[in-house]
Amino acid sequence: MEPSLARYIWTHTKKQQLWILVIVLLSMIPYFMSFDLPKLIVNGPIQGRGFEQPGATQPFMRLHYNLPFIGEIQFFPGFQLDRTTTLLALSLVFLLLVIINGLFKFYINTYKGRLGERMLRRIRFDLVDRVLRFPPRYFKRVKSAEVATMVKDEVEPLGGFIGDAFLQPVLLGGQAVTAMLFIVVQNFWLGMIAAVIVLIQIVLIPRMRRRLIVLGRKRQLTARALSGRVGEIVDGIGAVHVHDTSNYERADIAARLGLIFKIRFDLYQWKFMVKFLNNFLAQITPFLFYMVGGYLVIQGRLDVGQLVAVIGAYKDLPGPMKELIDWDQDRQDVQVKYQQVVEQFTVEGLIAPRIGALTIDDPGPMTNPLSAIGLSMADDGGAMLLDRISLQVKPGETVALVSTSTGGAEALAEAFARLNWPESGKVASGADDLLELPEAVTGRRMSYASSDVFLFQASLRDNLLYGLKHAPLTSVTYDGAAADQHRWNIHEARRSGNPDLDIHSDWIDYASVGATGPHDLFEAVRQVLDAVLLSRDILDLGLRSSADLTRHTELAGRIVELRAALRTRLEHEGLSGLVVPFKPGAYNKEATIGQNLLFGAAAGPELADRALAANPYFASVLRQAGLDRTLYEMGLEIAEQAIELFADLPPDHQFFQQLAFMSAEEIPAYQTLLQRLKNRPYETVSENDRAMIVTLSFAYIEPRHRFGLLGDELMNKIVAARNRFYEGLPPELQNAVERYDPAKYIAAATVMDNVLFGRLGSNHPDAPDRIRSIVYDILDELGLYAELLDVGLDFNVGAGGRRLTAGQRQKLDVARALLKRPDFLILNRPLSALDQRVQEKVLRNVLEEARRDGRSPAIVWVVTNPAMAMMFDRVVVFDSGRLVEDGTHETLLAGSGMFKELLS
Amino acid sequence: MLLKDEVGMLQRVPLFSGIESAKLKLLAFTSDRVSYSAGEILFRQGDEGDAAYVILSGKADILVDSDSGTIKVAELPPNSIVGEIAILCNSSRTATVRAASPVEALRIRKDHFLRLMKEFPEMTIEMVRVLADRLSHTTADLIDARSAK
Repeated sequence: MEPSLARYIWTHTKKQQLWILVIVLLSMIPYFMSFDLPKLIVNGPIQGRGFEQPGATQPFMRLHYNLPFIGEIQFFPGFQLDRTTTLLALSLVFLLLVIINGLFKFYINTYKGRLGERMLRRIRFDLVDRVLRFPPRYFKRVKSAEVATMVKDEVEPLGGFIGDAFLQPVLLGGQAVTAMLFIVVQNFWLGMIAAVIVLIQIVLIPRMRRRLIVLGRKRQLTARALSGRVGEIVDGIGAVHVHDTSNYERADIAARLGLIFKIRFDLYQWKFMVKFLNNFLAQITPFLFYMVGGYLVIQGRLDVGQLVAVIGAYKDLPGPMKELIDWDQDRQDVQVKYQQVVEQFTVEGLIAPRIGALTIDDPGPMTNPLSAIGLSMADDGGAMLLDRISLQVKPGETVALVSTSTGGAEALAEAFARLNWPESGKVASGADDLLELPEAVTGRRMSYASSDVFLFQASLRDNLLYGLKHAPLTSVTYDGAAADQHRWNIHEARRSGNPDLDIHSDWIDYASVGATGPHDLFEAVRQVLDAVLLSRDILDLGLRSSADLTRHTELAGRIVELRAALRTRLEHEGLSGLVVPFKPGAYNKEATIGQNLLFGAAAGPELADRALAANPYFASVLRQAGLDRTLYEMGLEIAEQAIELFADLPPDHQFFQQLAFMSAEEIPAYQTLLQRLKNRPYETVSENDRAMIVTLSFAYIEPRHRFGLLGDELMNKIVAARNRFYEGLPPELQNAVERYDPAKYIAAATVMDNVLFGRLGSNHPDAPDRIRSIVYDILDELGLYAELLDVGLDFNVGAGGRRLTAGQRQKLDVARALLKRPDFLILNRPLSALDQRVQEKVLRNVLEEARRDGRSPAIVWVVTNPAMAMMFDRVVVFDSGRLVEDGTHETLLAGSGMFKELLS
Repeated sequence: MLLKDEVGMLQRVPLFSGIESAKLKLLAFTSDRVSYSAGEILFRQGDEGDAAYVILSGKADILVDSDSGTIKVAELPPNSIVGEIAILCNSSRTATVRAASPVEALRIRKDHFLRLMKEFPEMTIEMVRVLADRLSHTTADLIDARSAK
């Protein structure tokens, strides 16, 4: 990257910088005119010079300015105006100049703002582009959060500065010189006074500010280190808790914050010290003007108009001066920041841009063998992982790499995947060095999965299809406002040196999966997911999440059929008791009282959970139904029982999982509430307290909690209240609840709840498992299996995929590698989180899936267990970084080498 | 059957007889009430042991798979506890338990059960007593079986 900030800015913005300079120079003309005008107004109409005779007139707009160095120029002979109209006319001219100056300023500021923002965009893009091209070893040494801070925060001030880089000195310098010249023209000595003060400012202030820059740099470095550490804590939170080092981390962060505080406070103090001095110098000049200038007026060597104009002009002098000094400080500051960022981003051995160049067309298959030639790999500390290995993998060959713990097979897999670069020797595809091949070839025709999986925080689907998004394959057409926006996007992207690739285009390379478009992609996805045994997990996720009905219309459309099928099936198997269905006119004993009252799914916060009892409309319905008092008393009873049962337990006791009414933290609050409310008549209890108590009754399920609080009469009343609730539902609550309707899909509920449309009986411990397998069967019979899998694929995997188990993550990684249908499939202990039995099953499936439809990719698999090598054409054994055996499974088994030893 | 009735029944189980009723209520509350019709299986031999069961009403058979087919080795009367061995030994179920009539039972989860044992030594001692008793019976049976040969 360009080490000098000034040159970087100049290279990319010289045209714009020149244009804005021209505008700035033009703006100087009205600026200068606005200085001269007060003098004309004061001396002319106000003091009456030239209007000594009543009815005297003066020419107006006879523009004859006495410009420095140019002399008197007459633009226009003017109109004849009397004293009052002249005053009016001159004042209006003054107003006009104010407007013109303002407009110039507005244009200039907007222009340079845009300039700066474009450059900021360019710099940030350049930096991220470089991150994408860093050699692998670089990433072992940097903390991701530090790189992110550099891109995000540290270059931010650059944007503000770039617009001002060349403009500000010209503009402010011009203004200062203009003001200065004006003063000198009015009176030489006053001009000299101003000049001396300005000189002091120029010399002294930047010297004092040097310390500010040093402090600023320290602040930047400490802040960057802080964000690196915070990032580490977040990523390593498990290690922190496991080792009880949270207080060590607290101490470390506190120490860092202390240091940052000290630096920042120093900076603050010094800054205001400088500011004080600067202001003082600026203020002392008018004092001299009044004294010296006033004296000159009294002496008659200066007229009052001139003095007023000088003081007016001087008001505009310290401003530009101060800003000029500020600019100089910014310049140094920003230059330092820029240099530090550039230093961090200047790395030896950057990947050449052509390796990652955009390639839309299919690069064609890799038909050459993949070979390691005298390949040595070392770790970051320099220790040899592989020592001059030579090995060739032919297309279509399946090779198991078996390795002792220090064998080095993983390093070979990483070299094949280009994740680490050779220390010496090379990996070649045919005659080409693999590192010289574009990623468009290696990234599409080879795939790699390892035990160390990285997933993006997106849906399962996005993560699965991530490996197919090489290039924008469709051009999207936009209409109306969207089209304008799109044009603007492209225009701006180009102006900032960003690529104008459309992120909204369809990037998925369907052809590589063997599909033709989104409609038949799913079949391929399903086969791959089946192969890695991930389908069941995804189906479970699908059942537990609520479906997006804009996407999964079929599920909603056939919900009645589904529910009926489930009932029939349950009856058929004699399992009707497993599910108690929701019926509009009946109480569901296995559901809570709250669920029975609401008889719907809360779709907004108004009627959800704890808000329900406090909702005024809901409370009024309970009152009218004569339930308010009953439920209050029930709530009191529940509170008493719960406190009696749980009050003595420590808050982290596992029994609290069974307490549906309140959390362990709420027990003390309910204890005091109960004491306060005991023996108080219902009428005197406040609305809030009533809601607190009534809400307890909403969680009650008679067969589960068995307090004996729910009789037939009460159940009937609850069903009546339910109907009353929906009859009078006010419009603002219409969207807050979705009423249970046997013929309707409930968008706010999970797929499982929708299919069940009822509650599982609590007295069958294995009911959930049995029901789930029945539901799968039914979905499959009705052809909705794919739809459910699709719902499951909507599941967001969380940051780094942490919402999935390690095993699920690894399976997903293998599925992603398989989906691409590569020519070379490199798998580096890809399933280490699974137990041996499952690993072998997946291995068998993957080999079969990779070769389905007559495909024959080469497969290189670093196996975790030598026994797995049996399923491969060829077995290569590594020990201490050397290749020790190479042959078919039978020959190695027959020999007496390392393989035999490892197997036993 | 209400919680308080269950407490009454738990008190009749020898294992829990020494425990104060407030604690038994907690145990009942945190356990699941389960019901089985005749012929249904509570758990199977070889399954992982995740819970113990207290039979509140009805009868259940204990069955063991052997080379000569399934053998019924005992019958569980009401107020007896079953399935606690697999919890204690972290092993799989040593026998199958099948409802012989409609059965109502309390299902006490493994982690709850272990927690109770930690907190109530009198219960643990009782449990050891019951197990020792069973062992001596088994030993006696074994001697009988050997001498009969």
